[in-house]
Amino acid sequence: MVRNPEANREQFRPNDHPNDAFLLTTVVGSYPKPKWLNRADELVDDPDSKFDAEDLEEAHDDACRLITHEHERAGLDTVVDGEMRRNEMVEFFADRIDGYEFNGPVKVWGHNYFDKPSVVEEVTYDEPWLVDEFEFTSDVAERPVKVPITGPYTLGFWAFNEAYPSTEELVYDLADLVNEEVEKLVEAGARYIQIDEPALATTPEDHAIVGEALERIVSGIDEDVRIGLHVCYGDYSRIYPEINDYPIDEFDVELCNGDFEQIPTFTDPEFEPDLALGVVDAHTAEIESVEEIKENVRQGLRVVPPEKLTISPDCGLKLLPREIAYGKTENMVTAVREIEAEIDSGAIDVENPLDD
Amino acid sequence: MTERVAATPGLYPLPDWAKGTLSDLKGHQKGDLLSGDESEAIVEQYDEVRAEFVDDQLDAGLDRVVEGQGRWDDMIAHPLTVHDSVETGGIVRYYDNNNFYRDPRVVDDLDFSGDVARELESAERLIDGEAPLAATLPGPYSLADLASDEHYGDEAAFQAAIAEFLAGEVEAFPAHETLFLLEPSLVTNPPAEGAESTATDAIATVADATDADVVVQTFYGALGEKLYAHLVDEAGADALGLDLVAGDRDDTVYNVQEFGSTDSLALGLVDGQNTLVEEPETVAERVEWFESQIPAEGFDRTYLTPNTELFYLPANKYRAKLNALAAAAEVLD
Repeated sequence: MVRNPEANREQFRPNDHPNDAFLLTTVVGSYPKPKWLNRADELVDDPDSKFDAEDLEEAHDDACRLITHEHERAGLDTVVDGEMRRNEMVEFFADRIDGYEFNGPVKVWGHNYFDKPSVVEEVTYDEPWLVDEFEFTSDVAERPVKVPITGPYTLGFWAFNEAYPSTEELVYDLADLVNEEVEKLVEAGARYIQIDEPALATTPEDHAIVGEALERIVSGIDEDVRIGLHVCYGDYSRIYPEINDYPIDEFDVELCNGDFEQIPTFTDPEFEPDLALGVVDAHTAEIESVEEIKENVRQGLRVVPPEKLTISPDCGLKLLPREIAYGKTENMVTAVREIEAEIDSGAIDVENPLDD
Repeated sequence: MTERVAATPGLYPLPDWAKGTLSDLKGHQKGDLLSGDESEAIVEQYDEVRAEFVDDQLDAGLDRVVEGQGRWDDMIAHPLTVHDSVETGGIVRYYDNNNFYRDPRVVDDLDFSGDVARELESAERLIDGEAPLAATLPGPYSLADLASDEHYGDEAAFQAAIAEFLAGEVEAFPAHETLFLLEPSLVTNPPAEGAESTATDAIATVADATDADVVVQTFYGALGEKLYAHLVDEAGADALGLDLVAGDRDDTVYNVQEFGSTDSLALGLVDGQNTLVEEPETVAERVEWFESQIPAEGFDRTYLTPNTELFYLPANKYRAKLNALAAAAEVLD
C-alpha cells in the first residue's frame, strides 16, 4: 500500500518556483568526486605523507560543500552531497554495521571490483551511519537535502552470508537497522529518504522480501517524510504491479538507458506511487540536449500526471566526467522548467503528452 | 571402488596484486578489455597470475590442476570475445549474478583460434608433470546461449557451429586428463521441449574431440528431468557435474535415482559463491550422503568440485576452498 506522496511533496516546491506546475527535480545520489579528493583519499594511507585523517575530513567537508552547491547551481529542487564521503554503496554501510568483515575485492566486470563483505555474525546497530553527513549537508544547503541509503536487500544480497540460515532473515535484520537509522535522520530533520535497491533488478522474484523489508523500514516514520525507492537497470515488468503494494511515496527507475521501451509496463494497472523518472543516461558521456530531455520527461507523463512526476538522472552519475555530470543535471533542470511552463500554457496536453 | 578426485572447473579470481596492476595496464572501460592481441607487459602479468594459480593448486594438493582462466575478462564467453569473427556489443549480466560480460556478436565463420590451447600449454609447462592437467571450456549450449548470432541464422546451426569451433580448439590442446565443459545455461535457460538433442549433439561434438574424461558441469541448481535423461544418454560425457549446494538438491538426487547416471559424477560440494569455508569432513559427508542415496554400487569416479566457478570469491577464500576440497578427498581415502 503506497504511503501518502501528496502529503509530503509540496514541502519541496521552492518559494520562488516560476510555474504553477511542479515536477520535483532531484538526483539519485552519487556524483563524480573532484580529482583532488581521490588523491586525498590515497594520500591519507601513505605513511610518508603528513596528510592525516583530520585533513581528510576537512577535504571531505570541502568536497561535500562544493557538490551540494554544484547541485544548487544546476537548479535542483532537492540536493545531495554527491556521496563524497562514501566509497561504494555496500562497503560504506557494511563498514559501519557490526557483524560484517572484509576479505578483499571481488570482480563485477572487467577490471572493476568491489570489496564485497561477509556477514559473519548477527548484524547490530552501533553508531549512526549518515546523521553527521546529513547535518553537514543541511547546514551548507539552501535547498532541501535528500538522503540516499543502500537498502537492506542490497546490503544483504551483495554480501556473503556466513551467519544467517537464509539471506532473507539477514535482510529483515538489516531492515530493522535501516529503520533505526531513518528514525535518527528524521529526528535530525531529514524529510526525503531514498532507499537504493539495485540488487532487486538481479533477482526480481524476491520482490516480496523487499516489500517486507520496506514495511520494517517505514515502521513509525511519519507521512510527512518522503520515502523513495530506487531500482536501476532491470526488467521492471517482473516487479510491476507488485511495487504498487510497497509502502513508499516514490519509485525511481532507470529507463533512459533503454530508450523508455519499458514505459508501457507502468501504465496498466495505474501506477500508484509518484514516479521518479530517469531522463538522462548515466552510462553515456554525452550531454543530452534540453530538447531531447524534454521528450524524455514527456514519457513520464504517460504514466503519472505532473503532480506525481519527479525527474532525476537514470542513476548515480559518479562514473562520468564531472563536467558531463554537471551538464546533464543543468540541462535536465532547464528541460523540466520548460515542460512545466508548457503544461501551464496548455502547450502540452497531459492526457496525450507525446502529442505536439 | 569409486575413485575420488578433487578438482575445480577453473575460472579463478585474480590475486589482489594483479587486480591493480592489470587494471592500470588495461583500463576500466569496455574497450580496454582483452581482445587477444595484448601487449607483452600484459602477457607477463598473466604469466605470473597463471604461475600463482598453479602453485595454489599444487600447494592445496588437488588431483587435477587447471589453468585458472585469470586472463578471461568475460567469464565463460572469453573464447568468443577474443575471436576475430566476433564483435563485442554491450555489457550484459552474467546469469542472475552481479557480474557482467561483453556480449559476443558472432558476425562471421568461427574458425580455429588456438587461444585457449596456448594458455594450457603455458600451464602444462608450469605444472611440469607434478599433477595431471585439466582443461576448462564453456559448453557449446551455454556459449551459444550467452552469445548473439548475427551470422548463422538459426539456433541449431549456431549451436552446431559453436560446437565445431570448440571441438577444433580441444583438438589443439596439450595432453589433458579431464575436460570440464561449463554448462550453466542448461539449468538457467534449458533447451525448449524437443530441442534437447540439438544441445546434446553439440556437447557430444566437443566431447568426441578429446580422449580425456569429459565432465559436463552444470550449476545454479538442478537440471530438468527430461533434459537430465537426455544428457546422460546422449551428451557423450564421462561425468555429469551436479550442483549440490543450490537449494533444489533433492531434485538432483531424484534425477539420478530415477534416470540413472553417467559412469562417473562430478559433485558441486563447496559453495563457490560464499566465503564460508566448508570443513573437509563436511564435504566428505556430503559425498557419502549423496552416494548413499543412489542405488548403483558405485561410480567409476566421483569428482569433488565447487558448485560454481570460484571467481566470485575474494582471493583468500578461494584458496581456502581449494584446500577444503583437496582435504575432503583425503578424508574419503
